[in-house]
Amino acid sequence: MSTLHIVNKSPFERNALASCIGHLGNDDAVLLIEDAVVAARDGSTVAPLIREALTNGPVYVLAADLAARAIKREGVIAGMKLIDYRGFVELAAQHARTQSWL
Amino acid sequence: MRFGILVNEGPYTHQASDTAYRFAVAAIESGHEVFRVFFYHDGVNNGTRLSVPPRDDRNMQMLWSDLAAKQGVDLVICVAAAQRRGILDANEAKRHGKDGDNIAPGFRISGLGQLMEAAIEADRLVTFGD
Amino acid sequence: MAEGIKKKLLYVNRKAPYGTIYALEGLEVVLVGAAFEQDVSVAFLDDGVFQLLDGQDTADIGVKNFSRAYKALGDFEVRKVYVERESLAERGLDSADLMQITYEDENDDGAEKPLVRLIDRRELAHIMSEQDVILSF
Repeated sequence: MSTLHIVNKSPFERNALASCIGHLGNDDAVLLIEDAVVAARDGSTVAPLIREALTNGPVYVLAADLAARAIKREGVIAGMKLIDYRGFVELAAQHARTQSWL
Repeated sequence: MRFGILVNEGPYTHQASDTAYRFAVAAIESGHEVFRVFFYHDGVNNGTRLSVPPRDDRNMQMLWSDLAAKQGVDLVICVAAAQRRGILDANEAKRHGKDGDNIAPGFRISGLGQLMEAAIEADRLVTFGD
Repeated sequence: MAEGIKKKLLYVNRKAPYGTIYALEGLEVVLVGAAFEQDVSVAFLDDGVFQLLDGQDTADIGVKNFSRAYKALGDFEVRKVYVERESLAERGLDSADLMQITYEDENDDGAEKPLVRLIDRRELAHIMSEQDVILSF
């Protein structure tokens, strides 16, 4: 069973997202929460990183954190999935382990 | 499913405590069990009853204390991390000759073994931090 | 606690020491956790590799130098300690910059052997994918 990788820091501030994507296993999922949701906007210089993760497995983003930061759903990179806190819980349950990239 | 939750940051500076709280509530609402929430590093600061946040904002300590009271969630503060940062229960205050304690209702102070137990006994451990 | 549960437990260290407390308090978890006799691995990657550099001198910052405590990992029965090769290279470092950390091999008449293993990113990713629990500091 695969891993749910949780990233909570902006890739413009830290290397957590890049390091996470460099360590993905087959079919591993990535979830962006808190400040990491800034990576979800299409057209930014980090969008290629997200597209790389999407070629490996699903990439989720916590919708509540997007809304708080005024990032519109329409502007999110195609293929990413928006979830709520219950969705977060279910992802944690469905994957064998979670790894928080602090 | 049994979840263990690790909170590594205090309230307000970081969103970690908020996200962890919302995760815990969502897990319980979905029919899962939250076996324990362990507070480490600056996370121990969630457990002081002496914070007085502005009334128009959330009170993280009270949210956690209510979760313990209403859902029976075990809130454990790491003793070594708490001693560094001045989070004391009555026993700890007496033991170290301090003139008061500040632990909030529903929280208890214990050792890192409680984190290990959560890691071993819970089906999933989810960490929230900086 | 339920008897006999043995989980694969990985500690991930990605931060340099002293600027924040995560390295020190992370190490405290590893040392205390050793008593629980789980299948433990400890990984150092990204800026976490700085935790193992030889020659740390904290005299002029007034913070306790805890780097010697890493040398006790072997005594705490930790046998899987990994440093990511790419993380060292990205920072202009190599294995010669690391502290000598050894363990006494109980299967070889107590011979002192190096504890730290350099591994590449793909291998570390594989190790991560085999764990039951991952704790990051």
